[in-house]
Amino acid sequence: MTQDSDLTRLTLAQARDGLRAKSFSAQELTRSFIDRVAASDKLNAYILATPELALEAATRSDKRLADGDARPLEGLPIGVKDLFCTSGVRTTACSDILGDFTPTYESKVTENLWQDGALMLGKLNNDEFAMGSSNETSAFGPCINPWQTDDKTPLVPGGSSGGSSAAVAARLGLAATATDTGGSIRQPAALTGTVGLKPTYGRCSRWGIVAFASSLDQAGPIARTVRDSAIMLTSMAGHDARDTTSADISVPDFEAALTGDIRGLRVGVPQEYRVDAMPSEIETLWQQGMDWMRDAGAEIVDVSLPHTKYALPAYYIIAPAEASSNLARYDGVRYGARKPGADIDDMYAQTRGAGFGEEVQRRLLIGTYALSAGYYDAYYLKALQVRRLIAQDFEKAYEKCDVLLTPTTPSAAFALDKAQADPLEMYLNDVFTVTVNLAGLPGISVPAGLDANGLPLGLQLIGKAFGEEELLRAAEVLETAAGFSSEPTEWWNAS
Amino acid sequence: MTEKTNLIAGVTGDWEIVIGLEVHAQVTSDAKLFSGAATTFGAEPNTQVSLVDAAMPGMLPVINWKCVEQAVRTGLGLKAQINRYSVFDRKNYFYPDLPQGYQISQYLQPIVGEGEIEIDLEGGAVKTVGIERLHLEQDAGKSLHDQHPDLSFVDLNRSGVALMEIVSRPDMHSAGEAQAYVKKLRAILRYLGTCDGNMEQGSMRADVNVSVRKPGDELGTRCEIKNVNSIRFIGQAIEHEARRQIDVIEDGGKINQETRLFDPKRGETRSMRSKEEAHDYRYFPDPDLLPLTFSAEFVDDIARTLPELPDDKKKRFMDDYGLSAYDAGVLVSEAENADFFELAAKGRDAKATANMVIGSVFAGLNKAGLTIADSPVQAEQVGQLVDLISDQTISSRIAKDVFDLMFDEGSDQGRDPSDIVEEKGLKQVTDTGAIEAAVDAVIAANPDKVEQAKAKPKMAGWFVGQVMQSTGGKANPQAVNQLVLAKLGIEDQ
Amino acid sequence: MVRRIAGLARIQVAEEKLPGLARELSAILGFVEQLSEVDTQGVHPYTSPVETQIKARADEVTDGGYPDDILANAPEKDDGYFAVPKVVE
Repeated sequence: MTQDSDLTRLTLAQARDGLRAKSFSAQELTRSFIDRVAASDKLNAYILATPELALEAATRSDKRLADGDARPLEGLPIGVKDLFCTSGVRTTACSDILGDFTPTYESKVTENLWQDGALMLGKLNNDEFAMGSSNETSAFGPCINPWQTDDKTPLVPGGSSGGSSAAVAARLGLAATATDTGGSIRQPAALTGTVGLKPTYGRCSRWGIVAFASSLDQAGPIARTVRDSAIMLTSMAGHDARDTTSADISVPDFEAALTGDIRGLRVGVPQEYRVDAMPSEIETLWQQGMDWMRDAGAEIVDVSLPHTKYALPAYYIIAPAEASSNLARYDGVRYGARKPGADIDDMYAQTRGAGFGEEVQRRLLIGTYALSAGYYDAYYLKALQVRRLIAQDFEKAYEKCDVLLTPTTPSAAFALDKAQADPLEMYLNDVFTVTVNLAGLPGISVPAGLDANGLPLGLQLIGKAFGEEELLRAAEVLETAAGFSSEPTEWWNAS
Repeated sequence: MTEKTNLIAGVTGDWEIVIGLEVHAQVTSDAKLFSGAATTFGAEPNTQVSLVDAAMPGMLPVINWKCVEQAVRTGLGLKAQINRYSVFDRKNYFYPDLPQGYQISQYLQPIVGEGEIEIDLEGGAVKTVGIERLHLEQDAGKSLHDQHPDLSFVDLNRSGVALMEIVSRPDMHSAGEAQAYVKKLRAILRYLGTCDGNMEQGSMRADVNVSVRKPGDELGTRCEIKNVNSIRFIGQAIEHEARRQIDVIEDGGKINQETRLFDPKRGETRSMRSKEEAHDYRYFPDPDLLPLTFSAEFVDDIARTLPELPDDKKKRFMDDYGLSAYDAGVLVSEAENADFFELAAKGRDAKATANMVIGSVFAGLNKAGLTIADSPVQAEQVGQLVDLISDQTISSRIAKDVFDLMFDEGSDQGRDPSDIVEEKGLKQVTDTGAIEAAVDAVIAANPDKVEQAKAKPKMAGWFVGQVMQSTGGKANPQAVNQLVLAKLGIEDQ
Repeated sequence: MVRRIAGLARIQVAEEKLPGLARELSAILGFVEQLSEVDTQGVHPYTSPVETQIKARADEVTDGGYPDDILANAPEKDDGYFAVPKVVE
């Protein structure tokens, strides 16, 4: 297949328009992706491909397209992070403890996507229960970044949504669903040269998404462009009476917000994000981002987020504490893989000891400890108080600016096994992203350049609560200015 | 202060029992606290279970507002502080019938704070027991341990059903007081319509905290007897547990704070092995649920619909009807009973009606194992019967027979008393001529007794009895008595 | 400490892994210790980014009635019940 006729090169918006113009059929488009997915085992992005289901759905979409009855995402093939429960399709959160769990229900976000005509290529790899920043904690083994340096060392695609970012970067789907608890959409997007959008907490329903930390989790898309992200979010978002933390506000057409005009926009630059030991190329890229925004008519404003330093410590109390409770339901009684035990408590301990991987166990123990008698006030309550101070930092900053511009990550993609040795070092990957989750704000990572080794780097824009339109508008301007067009070489492709 | 009679004798002297109760009352609602599954009792296993109740991955709770209303209503009925800001917490522990691995409950900030209940003690005394708090929480499922040699079975139908946990202060000092407390609490909940109080079906059960001490000493170490499900068992459990603790201490031992189970078959409590591990519930605010808030108007609206409660009703029965505290207490124990009485007593002698309702209706229902709703005799009919006595149509003795005909199974069951009296010719004979003739006949037939009676006036009663017998009980007893005395020449005393 | 916490969390941890785990946990706890530097006097704890009124459902039976779905993924079931190793009370 020539490059020109390779339908997988299209953006989601282009594919949508091509289908409507009858340039190709949904089945043709879907087959192109199915073939690429089938040849991508080396990446380990998909842990379960569902080509038959995809083709059935594509056939239905072609009928609708022919009937002039196309829905917003009609016939567009995407991948789904394994944290989203999919009816009749195995869902494991990439944990052994869920065994062959097959939900009888569909998550609200994926249901929204299917109702708008999108179709699923399969389930994507992620860090076990979304706990990780490298996709190495998955029970299905690590997902590999399509991007490599000249020495061909396997690199991580980021995490936890590593399968989603790798799949989009390797054109194994037009877009992918993902979730973000501390940076799990934006960090992998930055490491793979893709766009990752974490919406405002409450923008998307959490119903049917395997919970990690309930007050931080939020679903969003990883896509190739800001426009594709906007299209995806328009379908994913919406109030859901079954999730009382989902916002009861209308969903705008986010694509329509992409006017390209940010004149007068005040872009805040938080001084506290100039962390020690930040690679100079990241610092340079950040400065370049400010210049691009200024050139587009925005005003750059210095702001202060004084409690930034305490975001990671607060996060590493709050998220594990909530997780220790959220993951108590995996006890081998109603679903999942049970391990026999001498009695009921031993059955629990064996099941959970064998079913949870090391990082998950670590976090469950931290969380259990932080909530246990005598430590609650010193750890959990303190973290909740600091969380309010962090949220208030943003409120004050937004008195002076409209969006914030920061790097997404402190480094480009790193080698496998590098950070596994020291959990704390791995946690530092979230240093620029985690504040956003703590404050419940929307954030987006846009590919902005390459490091010295030719690996992608991202810049992050942070918006006001439910300010996704303004955020996406700014992000598209940044994307256009950066003009990121590099692609990974296809070392993995087996076909 | 504890009354002397509540103390238990031990070898080392008298002991005082201290009792506090945590009553779990199922909220009357159609759907569960956080899901839309049904709450009806006795369904096939796992048929009333939603994905939320089974704690499937990704499921989230949505609160049933009716349950909030019911909790507020109950709080108002307990004259308690209503907290317009309360918080749902997760109580974390592992148990096969606890699907989430945590129970959603309220820990530091419950929906209802301090209140009180007046309990009725034997002999008409009244005592106030403090309510510490009331909070909303989820019920767990049900584990069946006796269906299989190696397995326990889990049914999640109850999982997620709304409960109110009502916590008393340790203000009770005898099994009787604890029982009176539960009875009164149950009556209040039933009056309010917030819990059906059905202990057999598990709609109401109590965790009983018992400790013992020498009068005046600090509180002793307490044991918690879990899930006692009848008022009788509550009494037995307390008595056994207090005795056990006294024996342990007097034998030089110490009481371990622990959870115990009451075994009704043996009438004793025993330590629960599975609960021995030290608890650390790791409560924290449930991040899936925002704080529970509501307006003062919401509370006021509920307050306006509150019914008259047992204490107020009892006071009114005493004031307006002149009933004794005991009779009023019996009548108001159930709202339906009180309503029955008021309907029966309308426009007639309330005391006589109360006697008939308590002595005949309640006694009959009790014996037949029926509730007031199933009574074969209607309230109006009881009233008619009272009327028949007061207008001297029949005597009280005949009334008893008539009532039995109306109540017992048979062709007269449920008929109006006047019809029965008419048909069976049971009308009281008030015609003095007829009664005089009967008296004369008895006197004439028993000259020896006449002599005795003149010496011993109490013998007159024998003549009255003979006359009543010869008239088939229909003669007016007072008229007979007067005539007998007159004819025998005995002065009315 | 690790053994007690693992017991509370019902996670079987192999004996030989306890020391390593203990080191990792204390490193993480040492890291979060920084929080004690922050003055949080009088700061209301932040439990959710959502600040609206709690939303509720009406008291209507809208769910349940699908025991087969509930039991579909059960590791062990018997006669409509979930089955677990016998619990001794």
